[in-house]
Amino acid sequence: MTALAEPPVMHEAPPSGTIWRLAEDRSSFAGPTDDRAGGLPDHDLLEVALGPHHPSTHGVFRMDVVLDGEEVVRLKPVFGYLHRNHEKIAEKNSYLAAIPYTDRLDYICSMTNNWAYVMTVEKLTGFQPPERAEYIRVIVGELTRLFNHACLVGFLLQDMGALGTPLMYAFREREKILDLFESLSGARMMCNYMRFGGVRCDLPDGWIEEAKQVVAEFPRFLDEFEALLTGNEILLVRSQGIGVLSKELAVNAGVTGPMLRASGVGYDLRKVDKYSIYPRFNFRIPLGQHGDVFDRYMIRLLEMRESLSILKQALDTIPAGPIVDPKAKQRGLRPKAGEAYGRIEAPKGELGFYVVSDGSPNPYRFRIRPPSLINLTVLEDMCLGHTIADVVIILGSVDIVLGEVDR
Amino acid sequence: MTDEIARKELEKQGVVITSMGELYNWGRKNSIWPLQFGLACCAIEMIAASMARFDIARFGAEVFRPSPRQADLMIVAGTVTKKMAPQVVRLYNQMPEPKYVIAMGACAISGGPFKQGYNVLKGIDRFIPVDIFIPGCPPRPEALLDALMALQKKIEGDTLRGANRPRHIRPDAPSEFPIPEFGEHDLVPDKNPALFHPAAVLLEK
Repeated sequence: MTALAEPPVMHEAPPSGTIWRLAEDRSSFAGPTDDRAGGLPDHDLLEVALGPHHPSTHGVFRMDVVLDGEEVVRLKPVFGYLHRNHEKIAEKNSYLAAIPYTDRLDYICSMTNNWAYVMTVEKLTGFQPPERAEYIRVIVGELTRLFNHACLVGFLLQDMGALGTPLMYAFREREKILDLFESLSGARMMCNYMRFGGVRCDLPDGWIEEAKQVVAEFPRFLDEFEALLTGNEILLVRSQGIGVLSKELAVNAGVTGPMLRASGVGYDLRKVDKYSIYPRFNFRIPLGQHGDVFDRYMIRLLEMRESLSILKQALDTIPAGPIVDPKAKQRGLRPKAGEAYGRIEAPKGELGFYVVSDGSPNPYRFRIRPPSLINLTVLEDMCLGHTIADVVIILGSVDIVLGEVDR
Repeated sequence: MTDEIARKELEKQGVVITSMGELYNWGRKNSIWPLQFGLACCAIEMIAASMARFDIARFGAEVFRPSPRQADLMIVAGTVTKKMAPQVVRLYNQMPEPKYVIAMGACAISGGPFKQGYNVLKGIDRFIPVDIFIPGCPPRPEALLDALMALQKKIEGDTLRGANRPRHIRPDAPSEFPIPEFGEHDLVPDKNPALFHPAAVLLEK
């Protein structure tokens, strides 16, 4: 391999001090979307930069929106404000050292990120996690899905104007689950818990009983939440028929996860790939009909109930035994040359890792397929024709985490 | 000391004696309004700190303002990338004095785990003055509350006159700092030499 002649040039960004103005020069928005029939109207349009510091962009994300009155006629997402060079850092470090970095990808659900990565390396090396480890992975994965969806719904309602209360209820439940994670792994958010061929440490004494109690209390929260919100007229008016994503577009754009299922496509990797031990559990896949913001909200609530059902079954049937494959090697791992793609149904969609090994102690190529980024590509199609206030809740219903979008 | 005893005695009689400076600091330290501004992972813990369990409202700091014009405190919660750094400095410049900065988490202090990255700023203290640093990746919400209490102590100790008076009442001290530009390979300048004084590394011979 030859050394680069010059260091890579940083991406272009507007010079600081740029003043956003009336969009007379529309060339900045020239792109594939300009082929759309009708084109731009003749009168003056207003170009607004939503973000990167904006309370409703869920992190540092910018949308350059062109408005005709209050209506959105163009929307250009601008990424990269949280590009932390995850892939490059992982290629420089050992296989084991990449696990804590995966925690910080989608920083709300660290457990599922760990899981997708160790599963990829297991495919590469052939390690076989024991039964108990698979159960623990399913349990922590579904707990992650529970609080991810709860927080998402809380944030979504915050964006709609229900300040405080729904998010506070969601975070109350999240804290209970984080307590479980803390007693399990020692950290609240960045668990760094999974290892190749298993998990890092066994469940502490009494953990299963505590988890059972959290799972048993969770439906009460869901019922309360739904009684407060689901039938609420303001929520219905704000969310129904807004940001419709058609089935065809969702499939063509590669959208996955709850967003795809809200559009009525029954595609869930837990059923399709049958990875880990999911075939042993009895659960349903909720589907939406309209693909609007309300369906995406409802899908999350229904998925939480299905996750609870998986959790109940897993916590009742978890076997005793070892937690790591005895053949597995953690430090100084040098897989044979080859490549592997592992994917799981993360709370936000299909999270995939593609790792190429050349036999050296660090991966030759490390690539992440982040669900948030791919789901975000259809943002403009969902927002066109809606008002700027709806853009905020459409973005909220996509469920993005910028750590994962920009990596 | 005798002042303190006399004060306590008077307080028992229902008479409160204070000085202008103390009253001013007392008011300011109990109503710190943070800027609602999250960069990365630490922002989630910052939100958790403002929720029911940790309840930042106990310290008078629950009013998160989306506009920098209404904020007193910037909590730099998360990784500052080189693309984001100019906006962070600009937000800081837009805040009115007196203003304070908490660098929350390893990334905001030094780049943290992402320090090797080509797009990560190695600490926000290169461009804006930081009052309190919180280590951790991410710090727990309790750590943020501790930092807030440390900041309250700092505000409490401010004097209104003398050589040690804080920046916001010294007319010669700057309240805005230059915003870095995007250069060919890095931010230009890559740090503000007037602000950035890293601890000297003692090299034993």
